[in-house]
Amino acid sequence: MINKLVWENLKHRWVRTLLSALVVGVQVMLILTLIGLSRGLLQESAQRARGTRADIFLKPDTGGTLSLSTGQVNEKLVAYVARQPHVTQAVGVLSIPVQMITTLNGVDIPQFEKISEGFHFLSGGVPKSPDDLIVDDFYARQNHVRVGDTVKLLNHGWHVSGIDQGGVLGRFVVQLKPLQMLTGNANRISEILVKLDDPALTNQEVAHLNQLLKGNLRAYSMEEFVSQFTINNIPDLKAFIAVITALGVLVGFLVVFLSMYTAVVERTREIGILKALGAKPGKIVDILVREAVVLAILGTIIGIGLAYLAKVILLSVMPASLPVITVPEWWPIAGAVALAGALIGAVYPGVKAARQDAIEALAYE
Amino acid sequence: MNENSHEIIRVRGLHKTFHVGDVDVHALRGVDLDVGRGEFLAVIGPSGSGKSTLFHILGGLAPPTEGQVVIDGTEIRSLTESQRTELRQRKVGFVFQKYNLLPTLTARDNIAIAQALAGVNLPPDNFDHILQLLGIKHRLDHKPSKLSGGEQQRVAIARALVNQPAILLADEPTGNLDTENSNAVLDILRDLNKRTGQTILMITHNPEAAAFADRIVAMRDGRVQTA
Repeated sequence: MINKLVWENLKHRWVRTLLSALVVGVQVMLILTLIGLSRGLLQESAQRARGTRADIFLKPDTGGTLSLSTGQVNEKLVAYVARQPHVTQAVGVLSIPVQMITTLNGVDIPQFEKISEGFHFLSGGVPKSPDDLIVDDFYARQNHVRVGDTVKLLNHGWHVSGIDQGGVLGRFVVQLKPLQMLTGNANRISEILVKLDDPALTNQEVAHLNQLLKGNLRAYSMEEFVSQFTINNIPDLKAFIAVITALGVLVGFLVVFLSMYTAVVERTREIGILKALGAKPGKIVDILVREAVVLAILGTIIGIGLAYLAKVILLSVMPASLPVITVPEWWPIAGAVALAGALIGAVYPGVKAARQDAIEALAYE
Repeated sequence: MNENSHEIIRVRGLHKTFHVGDVDVHALRGVDLDVGRGEFLAVIGPSGSGKSTLFHILGGLAPPTEGQVVIDGTEIRSLTESQRTELRQRKVGFVFQKYNLLPTLTARDNIAIAQALAGVNLPPDNFDHILQLLGIKHRLDHKPSKLSGGEQQRVAIARALVNQPAILLADEPTGNLDTENSNAVLDILRDLNKRTGQTILMITHNPEAAAFADRIVAMRDGRVQTA
């Protein structure tokens, strides 16, 4: 019966209920979209790493797998690594950040194709001249780029020689030498991709290379490398998500506080009636808390719906820049954030209502 | 505790003082009153005579300042607020001048909420009979806004009786009704009293309404004049 009262109260002021749930929902959507975007970007990066088909990644022994090292590694190490037992191919990659975590990648393309089995071009082909650039299909679609167009990256006009279906090495790929020259990284690279004659020996060779290159480079197997593409490994992103989550609690608190506060003032007489009928203060708080919980649940449902809508819009408008994915495991977390805000927001109005004098409340006009 | 099987309400030397700023307002100045079990009593008096304050104290809505008040064997002066709340759940049923139904609930749910708050699952055996007496069985699924004043007051009476209270306290129950509906509600109260033995204490300033009761007491200046 109490649940029915709660539901009828919310239905009675359905515009306020809907608006409150909508605002809570927007916050839920922001959290889910941010997480979906972060995971999407990281997932794309992991896919591109897998797309290289390398067995081992060698990166500078500082900063972890996700650090953007630009040109910290001497290119001579590529030949040294290639001479090691079981290594059939080693290729150096220079990665220069161009936007957020997107990089422009320079690589010796014929060498790289021996590792990766090549690009899958939807149109055009591999770079022939120093200014040639491969872009992926997402970028091409988002920016209406075609083969022959010019794309400006790092204040340099690049000629699009091919559009790749994506998922290999990076969004932008150019030849290594021109990128080294353009960015002042002559004979420098960011990482080395290694192909083995027997993938079953990966762990053994990772240990071997780590021993060999101790203090200079660190070797990661493909699985170890991509497993580190998580939000927790990007401190700035983690902090940003924490801020958005805290904002979610704050917004939930403010919305539900305002909604419940006005409801308590508006329903002063009804609270007096309930008290006259024998409702204890705890029951009055209970009723308001239940209303807050319903608002949080409605807000979470609306938020999940809005997050889907945001995903559809972002993927149709900016598939390359904002590759949002759905992250269902974050639904309960976003719901818990909304609930926490709502419960905190219901406390003061609930206590105010519980403390109301029944006689004064009954006399309220 | 001072229990008397014939008296369901026993009031002795009841005082109630309100502190308004620096001023003490003495609303009740030594009320003595006995109400017998099954009695229909009307308390009349002008505004400011203290009858509403007496109503609030008997209903457990406010604590007395001084004196003894025993409701169905329970001395209420020593009760905590929580215990007074429990008294309201089980021993007292209220009927107000403005009906005080919850606007978001149907008549049926307005009655059910009183049960829910008292932790009672089923209405009493004779409740169907009471609903018949009240003539609202066919209106139970309507919300208060769809009911006339007389119907709303009859729903309020049903709500007050659903937990089988020891006493029914009615504060100006016909104050918002026209003559026809007033007489209907008063007839119902008298009928309930006669048929079910329900003790009723009705506060009114209207002598015609008071005439429906078995006995009338008058209040003036915080005291009972006639007992």
